[in-house]
Amino acid sequence: MIWEKDMMVAEVPIKSDEDVIVARQKVRQLAQELGLSLLDQTRLVTAVSELARNIAVHAGEGKVRVYRFMADDREGLKVVFEDNGPGIPDVEKVMEEGFITMGSLGLGLKGARRLVDVFHIRSAPGQGTTVEIIKWL
Amino acid sequence: MSDVTMLKIGDNIIIPIQVELHDRAAMKVQEDVLKEIERTAAKGLVIDVSAVSIVDSFLGRLLGETAKMARLMGTECVLVGLKKEVVITLIQLGFIIKDMNTALNLEEGLELLQRLRFGRTEGEVEE
Repeated sequence: MIWEKDMMVAEVPIKSDEDVIVARQKVRQLAQELGLSLLDQTRLVTAVSELARNIAVHAGEGKVRVYRFMADDREGLKVVFEDNGPGIPDVEKVMEEGFITMGSLGLGLKGARRLVDVFHIRSAPGQGTTVEIIKWL
Repeated sequence: MSDVTMLKIGDNIIIPIQVELHDRAAMKVQEDVLKEIERTAAKGLVIDVSAVSIVDSFLGRLLGETAKMARLMGTECVLVGLKKEVVITLIQLGFIIKDMNTALNLEEGLELLQRLRFGRTEGEVEE
């Protein structure tokens, strides 16, 4: 990529499971506007559902930000999930394919990663969690 | 009661899910379904998700659980109307709906229910 640029197009605060639906609907609408296929919309919105739920369940509070992402050769939607919750100890281990975690966290994270084109996670105990995903057009 | 319509037709309860359910609303539907089975002694349950555009790991797990619970109460359950986008996404997500009867649409679901209830040969034991 020679250059890249992003523009925030939506921000949804997450405090409860109702907010997860708001985030899903917002991302669905923006994905439609961008012209993602119905299948890619479904993949992206499902990933958003998993990751936004992680905020509501594990951190209690956080934010979902949506960006129109442009690079020299392509365009997509970038969604950033940020919370100041307890964080995930040994996040690399949790993200390993064979590693089985109790509860919804591991399945949600790994499942979401398989549904998008780019997936970055940053987390440490006491420092919250940030997940960034991109779905290219 | 939840916002979801429950139709009792003959021995069967049919639930078309028409709204996007947040997690607590989905749990409420599960509870209401079991209540309705208890009240009506229905023999079959069809959950129609043809209007549902997203089934994530939470809703998937809840649907699977509901079917198992219904069966424990003597009611066979069939999930119908999973869209192709939803099916592809569920499998890629790594979620497998185990031990659940599914059919393409409501009509096929009702046929499957009939077979499940009456189609077994004498002496066949279900796992």
